[in-house]
Amino acid sequence: MIDKLSWVAIYPEIVLLVMACIIALVDLSTTSARRTRTYILTLLTLAVVAVLTGMAANDGKTIYGFGGMVVSDPMGNWLKCFATVALMVTLVYGRPYAADREMLRGGELFTISMFALLGMFVMISGSNFLLIYLGLELLTLSSYALVALRRDNAVASEAAMKYFVLGAMASGFLLYGLSMLYGATGSLDVNEVFKIIASGKVNHQVLVFGLVFIVAGLAFKVGAAPFHMWVPDVYQGAPTAVTLLIGAAPELAAFAIIIRLLVEGLLPLAIDWQQMLALLAIASLLVGNLAAIAQTNLKRMLAYSTIAQMGFMLLGLVAGVVNGNTYNAQFAYSASMFYIVTYVLTTLASFGIILLLAREGFESEEITDLAGLNQRSPLYAGVMAIAMFSLAGLPPLVGFYAKLAVLQALIASGQAIYIGLAVFAVIMSLIGAFYYLRVVKVMYFDAPVTVSTVSAPRDVRAVLSVNGLLILVLGIVPGGLMTLCAKAIVATLAN
Amino acid sequence: MGLLSLAIWVPIAFGTALLAFGRDENARGVRWVALVGAIVSFLVTVPLYTGFQNGTAAMQFVEKASWISRFNVNYHLGVDGLSLWLVLLTSFITVVVVISAWEVITERVNQYMGAFLILSGFMIGVFAALDGILFYVFFEATLIPMYLIIGIWGGPNKIYAAFKFFIYTLLGSLLMLVALIYLYNKSGGSFDILSWHKLPLGSTAQTFLFFAFFAAFAVKVPMWPVHTWLPDVHVEAPTGGSAVLAAIMLKLGAYGFLRFSMPIAPDASHEWAWLMIALSLIAVIYVGLVALVQEDMKKLVAYSSVAHMGFVTLGFFIFNELGVSGGIVQMIAHGFVSGAMFLGIGVLYDRVHSRQIADYGGVVNTMPKFAAFALLFAMANCGLPGTAGFVGEWMVILGAVKSNFWIGLGAATALIFGAAYTLWMYKRVYLGPVGNDHVKELTDINAREFLMLSLLAIAVLWMGIYPKPFTDVMDVSVMELLRHVATSKLP
Repeated sequence: MIDKLSWVAIYPEIVLLVMACIIALVDLSTTSARRTRTYILTLLTLAVVAVLTGMAANDGKTIYGFGGMVVSDPMGNWLKCFATVALMVTLVYGRPYAADREMLRGGELFTISMFALLGMFVMISGSNFLLIYLGLELLTLSSYALVALRRDNAVASEAAMKYFVLGAMASGFLLYGLSMLYGATGSLDVNEVFKIIASGKVNHQVLVFGLVFIVAGLAFKVGAAPFHMWVPDVYQGAPTAVTLLIGAAPELAAFAIIIRLLVEGLLPLAIDWQQMLALLAIASLLVGNLAAIAQTNLKRMLAYSTIAQMGFMLLGLVAGVVNGNTYNAQFAYSASMFYIVTYVLTTLASFGIILLLAREGFESEEITDLAGLNQRSPLYAGVMAIAMFSLAGLPPLVGFYAKLAVLQALIASGQAIYIGLAVFAVIMSLIGAFYYLRVVKVMYFDAPVTVSTVSAPRDVRAVLSVNGLLILVLGIVPGGLMTLCAKAIVATLAN
Repeated sequence: MGLLSLAIWVPIAFGTALLAFGRDENARGVRWVALVGAIVSFLVTVPLYTGFQNGTAAMQFVEKASWISRFNVNYHLGVDGLSLWLVLLTSFITVVVVISAWEVITERVNQYMGAFLILSGFMIGVFAALDGILFYVFFEATLIPMYLIIGIWGGPNKIYAAFKFFIYTLLGSLLMLVALIYLYNKSGGSFDILSWHKLPLGSTAQTFLFFAFFAAFAVKVPMWPVHTWLPDVHVEAPTGGSAVLAAIMLKLGAYGFLRFSMPIAPDASHEWAWLMIALSLIAVIYVGLVALVQEDMKKLVAYSSVAHMGFVTLGFFIFNELGVSGGIVQMIAHGFVSGAMFLGIGVLYDRVHSRQIADYGGVVNTMPKFAAFALLFAMANCGLPGTAGFVGEWMVILGAVKSNFWIGLGAATALIFGAAYTLWMYKRVYLGPVGNDHVKELTDINAREFLMLSLLAIAVLWMGIYPKPFTDVMDVSVMELLRHVATSKLP
């Protein structure tokens, strides 16, 4: 099918692009401060997109379009579907917060976040290094703008500046690595590059040199240590609604480009990049978990927790190829995919609670701001506790199975060094349990500072309840999502 | 739905309903719903005993359904002679705990009752699980309600205790998780615990597995020297929390040795039995001596728990029938007795708000009924014949003498210390003239407390006078276990 245009493959993108433009125009005529019309239109569009991608994913077909520039496969479509839903949830949680802080005045929040989603889509379905890079840039440029949405807020502006400078550097790294790869193989097409490298005719040294830059660029983007410096500052500095926007859905896209670049394109170099990822994972687990303990700011703590969680996710990618044999690959990569999906689900819940509390007129960023939440609102305390226990990897919550799948992938490799890595990861997650528990402690054991009950708009309340319940229900019956991830990865590896 | 599923999910369903719908405004209704839930879940477990076939070591009331097909994880339940009584003990203690909290807990009653009911379901799940991951899920899940129970309703230093409890026990279990996944891969993709019993394993692998399981279970039991979390936690935990912790949670660890360490890594178990016996003897003798000098009643009983659990592990690792059966009997007896001891301390604490032995004296003068109960439980704690405490300890000592006289002698000396610290505490708290004004104003136990203590007293006496129902069910299972342990699993 390669030489046809295959518009089918990019229907969701088209809908998203057209609607983003239309919504931008509609917004011009909207005067309401809460931007209700724009909000509803955006949610509707996203719902349509989610259904479209979900249906495509359910088909299980792999379609290449535009001369092999884009690919629509189950893994990509599922990730797109999840990212869209994640963005919808983010907007539901974030709108009251944004409205209270006059961030909706121009309506940019909705249109820019739709462009960010479009960027993610392009990243996810790009089958050409250049296209993947373009998608990444579209996403990150939108993110810079979103972080800077509160122009008059010094902290947010500083965060945006840091994000921009470091992000641009990361993009530079990635681009440099890609150009080296192009120089060595003479192609930018993912499948083509794979074949050329597998044929063994290319100078290994050049490839590895390019690989180092690519991995460093990717590590920047997912926030893995030691390229994590921007994460805490940006998470803390950005308006919380935007923190959630850049911290949830884009992680799915970041996972997708890791799979596209490293697995689909550079699998013959797995031995090399697995070592690099293992080092990144170890560093992330160490830095993330140890630094998180010292934080008093909740957003900052969650930022370090993200670093640690990304380290765990990377561990799953480490065990794919054992002694040049790929029998473990589908287990390992699907474990990582499951990890990232459940991570996003949990992150939505935890930031949802922060956003909810932040509406009470102050920012609610300190961990102590949660004090006595259980007395003020048992429901929201329960959701937050579920999210924290899940991040800590405790059964019967979904985070446990994510860790289980990754550990299983490591141990199934049968390599002593990977089993050692598994034990290391386990000990690090014990340290992690400490700071997640501290949040639960503050909510349940400490006396509340204010006694006012927490109120939330009905939509936020409903979505938040479903979100928390889903973490629990997926913890009781995780089989379906696991199988889904496995099938998606198998389909991707088969190409 | 099978009986075991009901036993697990009925309390969890009641507990969840309480969390969702209960409010402090309708605390009265919450208490009654909790009591009904606890009684129903106890009644559900009774047919497990009446329908149990004694002559077979096979798992009974088995339920099996695919759960996570991707990892071949099954929802696989069953009980044998090793676990049957632990299930019954759990549901029984939950009833008592609900009664014990009746008017004592006035804030967030629904959360308190809900947490205990859910905890009860999780613990029954641990004893009934025949799938490694299912076991692990229940084993770990117990931490969440217990953490909240200690942290919300505990004493002044509760937060330290809650963290210590959580982190200590989590470390052990995480290493066990690695062991479980290792066994899964070694067995070609199965989490079936019973199939692991037949798995050939090299001696290095066995040693690693043995110590991974040791990390999980020894901390839970807790064995010396990883017992330090227990006194801290007991002192801070609310009465019900202490009772459940001592009566049941500690048994999760001991049960793990029976179900995992011994049959899966028998060669390593034999090789390291000396270590287990040594640690158990230290627990029995040294910790017994430590208990002697405690000034806080709860701490004293906590240390006495460590010493009594030392008997359990000692019994297991001398590898004869008397020892292992004795260990299991001791687990159940200690469940009744330690639960009763902690609830008794709770009765005093509710009135005087002190656990210091020095703050009491002559309680028998003002609370004669209560003092009688306390005497019975104190006697059971020293292992007096005719009470539950005697049967297990006696069997373990007999088994120990059979395997090595000196081990038996060491274990037997513990009876002296046990009698010493228990009776001395009894004397200082209850006997003599009225110690101070607080004691003078004490009122004797009310009908609710009488009911709660009677239930335990009946259990303690019944088990002491007629232990046959307890030993009969476990005979064949213990023989089967010993057969597994005697067969080398080296390839």
